[in-house]
Amino acid sequence: MISMIQFSDVTTWIHQLLSSCMAPWLVFLIELVVAAVAAVVALLVCVIIMVYMERKVAGHMQLRHGPNRVGWHGLCQLFADIIKLLLKESFTPTRADKLLFTVAPVLSLCVSLLALAPISWGPGLVLWNTNIGVLFVTAISSMGVIGILMAGWSSNNKYALLGAMRSGAQIVSYELSAGLSIVTIVALAGTLNTGGIIESQANGWWVLKGHLPAIFAFIIYIIASTAECNRAPFDLAEAESELTAGYHTEYSGMQFGIFYLNEYINMGVVAMIASTLFLGGWQPFYLPFDFPLAHAFNDIMALKFMETWPAWISWVSLAWPLVWFFGKLFLIIFFMMWFRWTFPRLRIDQLLKLEWKYLLPLSIVNLVIVALFIVLGLHF
Amino acid sequence: MKALYNYLKEVAFAFVSLANGLLLTLKYFVTPWKSIITENYPDNRDHPSVADEFAGEVILIHDENNEHKCTACTLCQMACPNNSIQIISKQVETEDGKKKKVLDQWVYHLEMCTFCKQCIDACPQDAIKMINSYELSCFDRSTLTKVLNRPGSKLKEKAKVTPKVQE
Ligand code: SF4
Ligand code: SF4
Repeated sequence: MISMIQFSDVTTWIHQLLSSCMAPWLVFLIELVVAAVAAVVALLVCVIIMVYMERKVAGHMQLRHGPNRVGWHGLCQLFADIIKLLLKESFTPTRADKLLFTVAPVLSLCVSLLALAPISWGPGLVLWNTNIGVLFVTAISSMGVIGILMAGWSSNNKYALLGAMRSGAQIVSYELSAGLSIVTIVALAGTLNTGGIIESQANGWWVLKGHLPAIFAFIIYIIASTAECNRAPFDLAEAESELTAGYHTEYSGMQFGIFYLNEYINMGVVAMIASTLFLGGWQPFYLPFDFPLAHAFNDIMALKFMETWPAWISWVSLAWPLVWFFGKLFLIIFFMMWFRWTFPRLRIDQLLKLEWKYLLPLSIVNLVIVALFIVLGLHF
Repeated sequence: MKALYNYLKEVAFAFVSLANGLLLTLKYFVTPWKSIITENYPDNRDHPSVADEFAGEVILIHDENNEHKCTACTLCQMACPNNSIQIISKQVETEDGKKKKVLDQWVYHLEMCTFCKQCIDACPQDAIKMINSYELSCFDRSTLTKVLNRPGSKLKEKAKVTPKVQE
């Protein structure tokens, strides 16, 4: 893809255009706002697709139709729901802590949006190209629980408090194995920069060329991140049948809507991290083998045949990494939905047992094995 | 060593059983045309698929001669847990001068019926049954009180029991 147009060309072109007509600080400000809006809009479109997808997946897995009344196959159901939420009153209970109660949803939304900053969406398409990208995301995503604790505590409701406490215990434990499985890949790639990790997978995704330990790390990461998103089978923080709605029992209207949105944004972020670390982010599929058929396949995947085509067609290839990025994103999201609608909810003791007796020891052993692989040079 | 083996076995078994569940839901997901059991109710009103066993309203069975089998024994009335049935009988005189109790009105209060099927089980004559009707709501409560025996219907004569010829 050397001769083709890159995202960095586009961004440089916009930068030069803006610089030619206004002051540097203004250019900086405008670029910040435009980039942030673009990222948030892209994510919101994903969330809309995810909500529709969740309802359809849930329906079909439970032998139902899913939404099919508002619009063609229920496509406009979400918009009807949003209008309903906007029209409803955001009610604050009398004995609730008013300030914390109002701040909690906003805070958790901000935290989950912050995690978007170092994500690499495509080659050269990254908001904040930092060398501590993955570390930043792990640090930020563990802060999400503060919003939940705040909501549970300030509602002055026993269900909300119980849900929040469970969520705290859950996230504190599952952060460990999620972190360890991330470290596995960081050790293999040798960098914390998200773009760098993706570059290191140009000759095969880590889940393919990292042998068994990378597959183990992938499975452990998927389990732990499902738990971090508070999604079934780890949705103890909400647990409809026991705690009404858990930490957001007392929320109504758009404040509830924000928590709902938040769940999907978290899922999106987690899926982006998983696809960055294990499935090669925006890298197309690559077979790490050395025989002619594999080479031909890899050339097609990398759009080699387009190099000789006229320049205006190569604009199309700009979308190719995005197709892969979002494809992997929705693949992992489908996995998480599949789990949610298949498995029953765990009890709190089973949940902690799963983490401390199974996932954590296994991921430590896994990390040691990966370290041995790297020292002995066994990986591709 | 044994403990480690058991530990790993447990993990492996867990994955196998989880995979079983996942495969089942995946099968449902990829073949919705086969697996979905929800009825698109108001849309398929002209060709609904309701099971024959579905317990809707109670009817008194009438044959082609407008005869039913109810002897007005009131067992169904007594079996009904919420008094949805009223058997009103009358005395008639037969040709040979005997007085006989026959059914006058079989009153069914659909508005109180819980579709529990106990009346059907109680009836010694199998005179009543439940049909699979389900669009039972209406705007006027009084229309739900029905007389089930058709006008002019009468008790079916018992077929004469012919003694078996011994061989
Ligand atoms: S179905 Fe039950 S409630 Fe209805 S009439 Fe028969 S015995 Fe009474
Ligand atoms: S319907 Fe059956 S149980 Fe009821 S009165 Fe008639 S014969 Fe007796």
